[in-house]
Amino acid sequence: MSQPLLSVRGLRKRFGGLIATDGVDLDVVEGEIHALIGPNGAGKTTLLTQLFGELSHDAGEIRLDGEAIDSLATPQRVHRGLARTFQINQLLPDFTMLDNVALAVQAREGHSFRFFAAARGDKSLRQRAREYLGAAGLAHRAEIKVANLSHGEQKQLEFVIALACEPRLLLLDEPMAGLGHAESEQMVAMLANLKGRITMLLVEHDMDAVFALADRISVLVYGRVIATGTAEEIRENQEVRIAYLGEGDA
Amino acid sequence: MSEDAITRANPSGQNAGRALALLALALGLVALPFLVQAVGQPALVPLATRVLIYAIAAASLNLALGVGGMVSFGHAAFFGVGGYVVGIFYRTYVDDGLFLGLIPGTTQLLVTLPAAILVGGLLACLIGALCLRTSGVQFIMITLAFAQMLFFLFVSLKAYGGDDGMTIRRRNELFGLNTRDDVTFYFICLAVAALVFLALWRIVGSRFGMVLAGIRQNERRMAAIGIAPYRYKLGAFVISGMGTGLAGALMANYLRFVSPDMLHWTKSGELMIMVILGGVGTLLGPLFGAAALVILETVLTSWTEHWQLILGPILLFVVLFTQGGLTGLFDRLGIGRSER
Ligand SMILES: Nc1ncnc2c1ncn2[C@@H]1O[C@H](COP(=O)(O)OP(=O)(O)OP(=O)(O)O)[C@@H](O)[C@H]1O
Ligand SMILES: [Mg+2]
Repeated sequence: MSQPLLSVRGLRKRFGGLIATDGVDLDVVEGEIHALIGPNGAGKTTLLTQLFGELSHDAGEIRLDGEAIDSLATPQRVHRGLARTFQINQLLPDFTMLDNVALAVQAREGHSFRFFAAARGDKSLRQRAREYLGAAGLAHRAEIKVANLSHGEQKQLEFVIALACEPRLLLLDEPMAGLGHAESEQMVAMLANLKGRITMLLVEHDMDAVFALADRISVLVYGRVIATGTAEEIRENQEVRIAYLGEGDA
Repeated sequence: MSEDAITRANPSGQNAGRALALLALALGLVALPFLVQAVGQPALVPLATRVLIYAIAAASLNLALGVGGMVSFGHAAFFGVGGYVVGIFYRTYVDDGLFLGLIPGTTQLLVTLPAAILVGGLLACLIGALCLRTSGVQFIMITLAFAQMLFFLFVSLKAYGGDDGMTIRRRNELFGLNTRDDVTFYFICLAVAALVFLALWRIVGSRFGMVLAGIRQNERRMAAIGIAPYRYKLGAFVISGMGTGLAGALMANYLRFVSPDMLHWTKSGELMIMVILGGVGTLLGPLFGAAALVILETVLTSWTEHWQLILGPILLFVVLFTQGGLTGLFDRLGIGRSER
């Protein structure tokens, strides 16, 4: 196997008495969709948050494409090709959908110390933002203020913004949660469509979606990876059945 | 109504009406000195001048506070220092000396105003670089603390009048105009105010302005798209300090006097009140807010010396019931739509 795109070794994070990340080793190979599953409170979000640099880890190492990124702040990690979606939406509520996406496009074009030209009048910026929204079937909602969007639309916007960052590795924190049936199917289709082009680490409780999409699955329980393997291997794994699948969480 | 009035996308249909209202406002401001003379109230010209100067300061504060979400309680520092630039230049000129053994004095407005902008910006860079490492209540308190330190510094500077301040016998000169004349000075301030509002309008709509408004709404989101908030906040804080320093320099010229009063924390409070009265984050709100506060103060002080007792409830009313200050109120009444 060639060098993994993301490689995590011995990652540890403690919140007071609670060990949220307990010596996690994880490899995500370029091009794959790697699902991360586990019961509520297993530490999935906490792990993504550390990978993204929003939370510092107590010990261990995170490498992206072979380079240690532990000391980089979140914006720098984004420039290195990382993007994430949030389980709890992190959007700009006073702005329209289009503004939200256009800002992500703008951020990719280098610094924003440009004080004169109207950003909303920048045709190429707006056009590219529209294309991202269009690809997700949201073009008709582009001018709606985020605060006035449905929860499902906000969730989809989270995803579109992350795509507009043009990441190499996309960290997805329960992208299906809170979506209606049709929206959820659409999301699965979009992820399937991106498969191979963008490497993804997918945290998701919807097991049908996970088994449909994931090349490999890692199971996190009490901050530890108890198993990693293909969908088949995980389904057969006795330990996983007891610890997780047996609970009928999905 | 949200706080992001100037940064929100405009439904295009209303633009024409807004442009018209803005034109009417501009014409009104140009005609004002002649109108008040016609109705025999020439004393209103200096009053209007004060409104314009405070509007510049409040609009500058609004960039940090309203657009960027940085609740600075220390903007009197920039206002006062701008005033002292004029005072110290004048004193040095009169004494025919050198400030810090280097800089000769001057009475030229074309030198003192840019100098005040520069000094305001440098001071904001210094204060901002330290304060912007904090946020929330801590940020409010630490900006206040810096401004108070400067207040006490100037109180102790006996060379520049200490407590009593300095009188500036003559206003700065500009192209041989008679700046002592109230109407002339009004137009100078109007021209400067117009330039400042134009600049702020461009900045708020620019890429920088979008980032700044994004930071106010959700810093975590901005970091997640690759934008490190700190330098943009600092940039906005510096621009804000520059504009406020400029206003301070005009005020020192207007009063022909500068004293630590301009640096006092109550001045920071007044500027904040103007921003809130006018509508946080709106473009012309600070102008309305400055007008409201200056007029209220003038009217109320003629009734009672405890005018602040009356101002308090009025302010409370505006904050609680207008949702967006005077700008929000005008909007709902369907007038003055120009401010968006
Ligand atoms: N900032 C924090 N301070 C203290 N404890 C925290 C913090 N963040 C998370 N935790 C705790 O760490 C554990 C892991 O939380 P985390 O949100 O990572 O779980 P999760 O696997 O994402 O769960 P879910 O499936 O419900 O989203 C939980 O017990 C949580 O209460
Ligand atoms: Mg979670």
